Amino acid sequence: MSEISETTVDREIDTSQMKVSSTEVAIDIVGMHKWYGDFHVLRDINLRVMKGERIVIAGPSGSGKSTLIRCINRLEEHQQGDIVVNGTELTNDLKRIDEVRREVGMVFQHFNLFPHLTILQNLTLAPIWVRGIPKAEAEATAMHYLERVKIPEQANKYPGQLSGGQQQRVAIARSLCMQPRIMLFDEPTSALDPEMVKEVLEVMISLAEDGMTMLCVTHEMGFARQVANRVIFMDQGQIIEQNDPENFFSNPRHERTKLFLSQILH
Amino acid sequence: MTLSYVREQMVAPQPAPVRTTGFVGWARQNLFATPFDTVMSVIGIAFLIWAIPPIFNFIVPAPLGHAVPPGGTVEECRAAGAGACWAYISARMSFFIYGFYPPAEYWRPNLVFLLGALLLVPLLWPRVPFKRTNAILFFVVYPIICYYLLNGGVFGMPRVPTEQWGGLLVTLIISLVGIICSMPIGVLLALGRQSKLPIIKTLCVMFIELWRAVPLITILFMASIMLPLFMPQGTTVDKLLRALVGVTLFSSAYLAEVVRGGLQALPRGQYEAASSLGLSYWKSMGLIILPQALKHVIPGIVNSFIALFKDTSLVSIVGIFDLLNTVQAASSDINWSSPTQAVTGYLFAAFVFWIFCFAMSRYSIWMERRLDTGHKR
Repeated sequence: MSEISETTVDREIDTSQMKVSSTEVAIDIVGMHKWYGDFHVLRDINLRVMKGERIVIAGPSGSGKSTLIRCINRLEEHQQGDIVVNGTELTNDLKRIDEVRREVGMVFQHFNLFPHLTILQNLTLAPIWVRGIPKAEAEATAMHYLERVKIPEQANKYPGQLSGGQQQRVAIARSLCMQPRIMLFDEPTSALDPEMVKEVLEVMISLAEDGMTMLCVTHEMGFARQVANRVIFMDQGQIIEQNDPENFFSNPRHERTKLFLSQILH
Repeated sequence: MTLSYVREQMVAPQPAPVRTTGFVGWARQNLFATPFDTVMSVIGIAFLIWAIPPIFNFIVPAPLGHAVPPGGTVEECRAAGAGACWAYISARMSFFIYGFYPPAEYWRPNLVFLLGALLLVPLLWPRVPFKRTNAILFFVVYPIICYYLLNGGVFGMPRVPTEQWGGLLVTLIISLVGIICSMPIGVLLALGRQSKLPIIKTLCVMFIELWRAVPLITILFMASIMLPLFMPQGTTVDKLLRALVGVTLFSSAYLAEVVRGGLQALPRGQYEAASSLGLSYWKSMGLIILPQALKHVIPGIVNSFIALFKDTSLVSIVGIFDLLNTVQAASSDINWSSPTQAVTGYLFAAFVFWIFCFAMSRYSIWMERRLDTGHKR
């Protein structure tokens, strides 16, 4: 575990660009609760994410990290409290949900590429059918993002022919093709072979450098240290500690955080 | 002993031992691997030697076998030891194909067959372009043309009521209409059954469970005998049309369950990825979910189609002359009465059914391979 979570990327990161200067709110979650049947998964979540902020959410499994970010694009429904994304409040209104989803990209642990379509078709599908962009233009954009994740030569292959790391980079490019304002990452490197974690993290870091608003559930503590403005620690469906990475790692205050960090950092 | 080891030379690949390849290797492995295998192989081969010659003699015409070839006489068929009477089949062939359709109008069904083949072959052949035009022609224009051609009453063509249609023509009409109409209904029912909307879900479940739980014969009887009793006097619905609707709805209930199996086999991540990109329900179904789900269940779908094709022979019990019914009717033809007359007729019917079903099966296997994009889970 320690080798993986300490993955570092040998590249100078220009931290001056990465300060959050915006006062624009990207996501505002107030007093949010969620239940699965009788089970109270998320309890009193309050979280405000500014535009351009990069947040890493950590915590033991079952602590509600994934559920939290899945509520932000309504893959999960919350039962109490408010979630406002880019000024749109999430309710049962399908129109609003679609509006939010168009602006929020999501990357999954298991990539979830569409196996019956080529890489290029995977990337152009949503721009063409959701945004109504002409095919040629969508393909140009898709190739641009494939180059950005460094696999333009795979454009006409099928997902099944790619390695895990390549698939995950395609998945990131697929989200970027919709030109989202916020990116959600749900354990993007957990299903990857150790050798492929780095290539995915590099793409995520370059996104961060471009000022993308990012929420990332991950166990990559090296990534959190390097990239995050804020680390959020969750346990039992609650946010129990949040801090800037420096203080979070060197000076955890909650007992549960200390225990967690002592388990994963040797 | 030291633990340290470094390989200095890589081992080059070598050909497999001769004993494991070629015919000898194959026979060793598959026929005579163990004493039990050897005994079973010998018994199997002996059975084939015993069984094949009589079947061969019965089916294959003289001089190789004992069957009477097309063009033979009824006397030859009546001779002792004669095999299948193919002469009878060729003499009554037009009855088996067209039923009681007036012979002067045979060109009309022939044109229907020809047009159907001309439109269907390029539609099933992936490399041929203009699929959209082709599909519109086949699914929309062709049925209309068929209806007017076969039914007549326009452009000076005499009207031929459906009671006179028969044979292979009717079998193909029922199965093609059944297959083409039941597929979309089945898909909609499957989606409806998975719906979160309680009313739609209940209706779909009720429909599927009702039609699936009733034998097709019952449905056909109800459609042809009971239904007219409930209709207002004077209104009649064509008997063939009633059978068509019955067969279609029956088959769609089965297809719905097959398609549902495919929908359930898809990982939830596919649904989530589609919605997270902002695709609406119908777009994510049409572009992401159904293409994959249907591909997964091609064997099941074709299974249903084959079952439907064979089940069309049940319409004979409500007095429609499909292929099997014409064969049955012709077997009492005294001009051709001979010991093998009935058997030959049924052999012929079985062969025709087999050709169509086997073609469907092979085509689906070929399609499955073609659609495989290497994501076996």
